Amino acid sequence: MTESIRRYCRWLACAAVAAVSGASAAAAVQIHGAGATFPYPIYSKWFAEFNKLRSDVEINYQSLGSGAGIRQLTKGTVFFGASDGPMTDEQLRAAPERILHFPTVLGAVVPIYNLPVASLTFSGPVLADIYLGKITKWSDRAIVALNPGVELPSLEITVVHRAEGSGTTYIWTDYLAKVSSDFKDTVGVAQAVRWPTGLGARGNEGVAGVVKQTRGSIGYVEMVVAIHSGIAYGAVVNSAGNAVKATTESVTSAAAEIARVMPSDFRVSITNVSGKSAYPIASFSWLLLVEDSRNKPAAKIMVEFLKWALTEGQKFAPSLGYAPLPDSVVRLEMAALARVKTS
Amino acid sequence: MRRKGRADLGFRCTTGAFASLVVVIVCAIAVVLVMDAWTSIQKFGLAFWYTSVWNPVTGEFGALPFIWGTLYSSVLALLIATPISLGIAVFISELAPEWLQQPLVFLTELLAAIPSIVYGLWGVFVLVPAVRWAEGSLPDRVRELPFFAGPPLGLGLLSAALILAIMVIPFTASVARELLKTVPAAQREGAYALGATRFEAIRAALFYARSGIIAGIMLGFGRALGETMAVTMVIGNSPQVSLSMFAPHYTMAAVIANEFAEASDELYLSALVEIGLVLFLVTLVVNTLSRVLIWTMSRSATAALEPDVAAAA
Repeated sequence: MTESIRRYCRWLACAAVAAVSGASAAAAVQIHGAGATFPYPIYSKWFAEFNKLRSDVEINYQSLGSGAGIRQLTKGTVFFGASDGPMTDEQLRAAPERILHFPTVLGAVVPIYNLPVASLTFSGPVLADIYLGKITKWSDRAIVALNPGVELPSLEITVVHRAEGSGTTYIWTDYLAKVSSDFKDTVGVAQAVRWPTGLGARGNEGVAGVVKQTRGSIGYVEMVVAIHSGIAYGAVVNSAGNAVKATTESVTSAAAEIARVMPSDFRVSITNVSGKSAYPIASFSWLLLVEDSRNKPAAKIMVEFLKWALTEGQKFAPSLGYAPLPDSVVRLEMAALARVKTS
Repeated sequence: MRRKGRADLGFRCTTGAFASLVVVIVCAIAVVLVMDAWTSIQKFGLAFWYTSVWNPVTGEFGALPFIWGTLYSSVLALLIATPISLGIAVFISELAPEWLQQPLVFLTELLAAIPSIVYGLWGVFVLVPAVRWAEGSLPDRVRELPFFAGPPLGLGLLSAALILAIMVIPFTASVARELLKTVPAAQREGAYALGATRFEAIRAALFYARSGIIAGIMLGFGRALGETMAVTMVIGNSPQVSLSMFAPHYTMAAVIANEFAEASDELYLSALVEIGLVLFLVTLVVNTLSRVLIWTMSRSATAALEPDVAAAA
């Protein structure tokens, strides 16, 4: 809910900025970007902090959504994009220029629920079957087996999912499709999918709000939203068989697992990775840059910014509810930044 | 004289230009919608209107559940709003003591000024829990009817229709009130002279103003069809064609608002634009039908009530 209001306020602010920007076009270098809403809080923090270091640089970011960010970058209306899901091969081919991916922070998606029990553990296949509408009661044997000693009521499960296309849904479906071939075949992986069951609510806050109100409901939200709204969220059994709750540590550890096999373009999913303490429903958020941009001075600034954000900037992550990148991934990225042509 | 004539001409041209701007804008919207929806129109053709699968992953798009949800919620909203609006209008213009009239007029008009996001928030935190409670406390025999099937979630078509009804009431009530004011005193006096009771006199006045009142209702219907934010927050956003008011539904405006930002492939975007085109056409048809209705009614009214005037005209 508050996300919608915030978005509305932001939109008003943008309109106001657009109205006065003609008058106040200072000597500063302005760089425009657009994309995912999920990293917006930390990006705006970063751009503000970076502006303190380099007062001649102003980086503007519009959180229009990952899809819109990719579209705008491909069309060349913005200098950089941001996305919660990596661009597909098809999208990369459609872009007139080569686009590079750089992971900036980590996010996790957690299953939240409204039941009068202290703690719950889920497994991937169980979550998939709930979202497929195959498990319909909390007292289902599969859930009971995962939670010995927990008294589960014989209550209908009300499934809540995101109504609008979102990176959160992408991560969630990416995970469920990996652990359930049935889910992969009938639903698939995307920002917006055809859900076989359940209610749609707008935004992370919308899902959290509906789950809070509805007894017996289950939803999925970004970890930070679950923590802030004080709603109960469950642990998830990872591929090593351990029940892990999402924390900044367990999410960072999932990313560290992937560093050893990181593809050179960083387009990698880190859901369901191996690793004893890795939380299985996590993802990078990527910043997208054109490899050989015509605006070399701006490219240079963005490289400088990323070098700062990947090192110094990471310290802002935990307080804003993001997991910082593991050092191993940062090292790989520092080397890869050389690919961006700055002169 | 000449200067005055020139000023008149200038005035006429300016206002004429503004008026034609409306035509240009409507045509431009239609053209852009058709152009951007072309990929989807070519791929799905008429099937877009009557198939109900909406799957962005496999690229299958059908608008039926959205058309259904939009029409069902708007019609239900009108059924709720119309009697209430007429009641408000009649009370304010005919029955309320003078000191109460202005505050009531002010308050009804205030309802129209509340932004829809605020209605949405109120809906989520107040209306939805209330509706959930009401749904849950219905006797089982009623719950077996197809109109009330399914679990009492609160979020669903009924909540959306109630919110829409509240949003539509100020429009219909204001129009109806203004029209009741324009009913000539002779009408009422005539009714009283024939021995009518107060109720009968008011009924006669409503009958006299009926074509305008229908126009007011249709104005509200137009608003209900296009309302986005408040509806998407309470309707449950699940595309299905179901008779149940308790079930979650989806509307055309809501799906465009929800899915546009993250839609990245061409067919998906174009299908969303085609939903916009469908909404545009549905609104057009509704408006045209209401015009025709008003036109035939006012014609028959002139013929029946004032044969002399009609003959003179």
